[in-house]
Amino acid sequence: MTDAPLPDADETPSGPSRRAVLGVSAAVAGTAVVASTAGFALGRATASDLTLNAYNFRGDHQSGIVTPQQDRLHFAAFDMTSDSRDDLITLLKAWTVAAERLMSGGELGDGAAGGSYLAPPDDTGEAMGLPASGLTITFGFGPTLFEKDGVDRFGLAAKRPEQLIDLPHFSGDMLDEAFVGGDLCIQACADDPQVAVHAIRNLSRIAFGTAAIRWAQLGFGRTSSTTKAQNTPRNLMGFKDGTRNLRAEDTEDIDRFVWSDAGDGQSWMASGSYLVARRIRIRVEIWDRTSLKEQEDLVGRTKGSGSPLSGGNEFTEPDFTREGRDGEPLISPSAHVTLAHPDANDGQRMLRRGYNFTDGADDLGRLNAGLFFLAYVRDPRTQFVPVQEQLSKSDILTVEYLNTTGSALFAVPGGIGSGEYVGQALFS
Amino acid sequence: MRLKSPVAKTAAPSIAVVVAALALSACVPNDPAADGIAVSSTATDCTVATATAAAGPVVFHVTNDGEDVTEFYLLAEDGLRIISEVENIGPGITRDLVVRVPEGEYLTACKPGMVGDGIQAAFTVTPSEDGGELTGDREEQLTAASEQYILYVRDQVQTLVQKTDDFVAAYEAGDYDAAREIYADARVHWERIEPVAESFGDLDPKTDAREADLAEGDEWTGWHRIEKHLFPPAEGYDLTAEEQQALAEDLKANIATLSDEVNAEDFALDASQIGNGAKGLLDEVATGKVTGEEEIWSHTDLWDFQANVDGALVAFGVLRDVVNETDPELVALLDTRFDDLNVLLAKYGSVDDGFVLYTDLTDDEVQELSRAVDALSEPLSQLTAAAVL
Repeated sequence: MTDAPLPDADETPSGPSRRAVLGVSAAVAGTAVVASTAGFALGRATASDLTLNAYNFRGDHQSGIVTPQQDRLHFAAFDMTSDSRDDLITLLKAWTVAAERLMSGGELGDGAAGGSYLAPPDDTGEAMGLPASGLTITFGFGPTLFEKDGVDRFGLAAKRPEQLIDLPHFSGDMLDEAFVGGDLCIQACADDPQVAVHAIRNLSRIAFGTAAIRWAQLGFGRTSSTTKAQNTPRNLMGFKDGTRNLRAEDTEDIDRFVWSDAGDGQSWMASGSYLVARRIRIRVEIWDRTSLKEQEDLVGRTKGSGSPLSGGNEFTEPDFTREGRDGEPLISPSAHVTLAHPDANDGQRMLRRGYNFTDGADDLGRLNAGLFFLAYVRDPRTQFVPVQEQLSKSDILTVEYLNTTGSALFAVPGGIGSGEYVGQALFS
Repeated sequence: MRLKSPVAKTAAPSIAVVVAALALSACVPNDPAADGIAVSSTATDCTVATATAAAGPVVFHVTNDGEDVTEFYLLAEDGLRIISEVENIGPGITRDLVVRVPEGEYLTACKPGMVGDGIQAAFTVTPSEDGGELTGDREEQLTAASEQYILYVRDQVQTLVQKTDDFVAAYEAGDYDAAREIYADARVHWERIEPVAESFGDLDPKTDAREADLAEGDEWTGWHRIEKHLFPPAEGYDLTAEEQQALAEDLKANIATLSDEVNAEDFALDASQIGNGAKGLLDEVATGKVTGEEEIWSHTDLWDFQANVDGALVAFGVLRDVVNETDPELVALLDTRFDDLNVLLAKYGSVDDGFVLYTDLTDDEVQELSRAVDALSEPLSQLTAAAVL
């Protein structure tokens, strides 16, 4: 592919369906939003649908960050099973070719029903006939890729950005080692879950022998909006989530809070970002037994409209000084909205891109459900760690109802230029 | 000390009654008729969609269409006695006021800016089959409930102080066997009233934090650090004599502070705090005890489990008469569910004779306990609303 890179901030869905012969191009920028509201049903689209959409894999930044957030997620963290730097580079090159093909709606290699009759097909096939569905594939590098147990396996230790810290233990973390860390990660987002799963399945297949999945997470519904055209979705607590999220249109803030700059330390991270991934289990059964008043007091917003308790509509700025009876602030100083607000966090913001998840039920018959928190920041040390420390200590909502069971941080390198492979600058 | 339950056990209602009661208590207010009366509050007007309602539960949907924070009241005919109110309604926000009213003449009032007598209008409640009457003097019943519960809290804390002193003395003397023997029994008196302790600043984390609750750099104090030192799974986890003494004295001091707080003259608990406390105790069971996370070294979770249930039962007990007037089905259901859970717990021991360790429970037994906790917790979460309606 040699398309001129589109700026991520106003990515326009375009390009062919999975079968190039369909040849329907959706050139309207809003198409992704239309498709996302219909989700799975539209995944069974026919050639005549105008809701097919494909994003460019190549560009100034990786896709899947400021791209209008899709409805479904399949995320996977990988361990390198090979200690060879050449193997790592070979894998990244292979992933690059495959990801570009997948995002365009194409099949891998000779396809799912082509190639040698005596060999397994190159593509696993479950996405045959499905459109690109807004698929984005985003790659990241974990701290252990640079150094693991004191060993520099790939000659990369000197290239580790200072922003790529080992996340501290936060109060109340109940981490399951099976959901922590990873040398590499892939975030696959699409409006059709089958397309997202198809991507991770095929990319992990390519990795066998070099890297293996350490943990993975499916997300069934977005909990953030990354563009102003999208409405605010609800999390599994039933509240609107991410009302104040950074949006693609806020280009100045995106530059300030999301994109890494060559001057930030490691030049190979220019135009990249840092991805915080936290698997947050919500004690939904307990939450459901909490009175509406307490729920709203803990959040600091109304459940119905999402308005701050100080008044107005969803997008009205909360007024933390407005007092009610007995001079008590209408929004409690310990409400989630107070403690997570930039005013309480040195003006820091993040681009959230999380998903609701439900991984069946636990041994006690409770939904194993929650929020798979994904956030892109320029520097996790100032934009995530202090905020999370404050929330996990003082936010009653977090302390009483949330249980973080997985945690990871990844450096997400900048966009992939023509003829390049993902993360190429790291190895030059 | 054995809990003296103020709750009289009643015969189990039939399944049909239980299901009907749950459906009622879980989903809708006990009033199929009321879609609600819209109220609009502005700086100058208090527009109530209708000036009459039938006796029974009445719902006002109060929208603040003004610029200031507002309140809405239902007042007795004299304009002085408050029947019910909803406060702190921010501009643009709608709040519901749910109130049970008997036939009679009343006044509605919006109070934009939260000052003055408000903008008042007459409101008439007409006779109906429901009647809306509550027997007995509700104020008196609620006051009596608070007094009873405060007495219970003070009694538990008194025993807690004694047993903590014994525990600390044994631990400081290096008599670890004796300390292990007292540990779970002393904690029972803490666990019965834990939501009260939680209301006093950082007393709860200082006394009862689990290792996982800490952030990096936090100092770990209280019961569970001593637990980790005393019980075998933490072999290799050692504390110096100075550390042991500091921990023990700190625990003793924190329990003494708790005692000062609950014995203070201005110590007060209202019905909603008591009701929410009961729910909070069952939440504690569901998140910490039934999963074995509370006592990960001593595995004495069932003592805490029983203590939380005891405390919730007492809270329900003091509110029983009040709730019986508004929602007798809920009372009957809670009686049954408390009974079921206590019968189940009794299979594994008692506070007096001790319980089996959590690690001795099979997965099926844990699941059975968890289901009984959920069965009780769901209707118990309706207790506060029923008590203060």
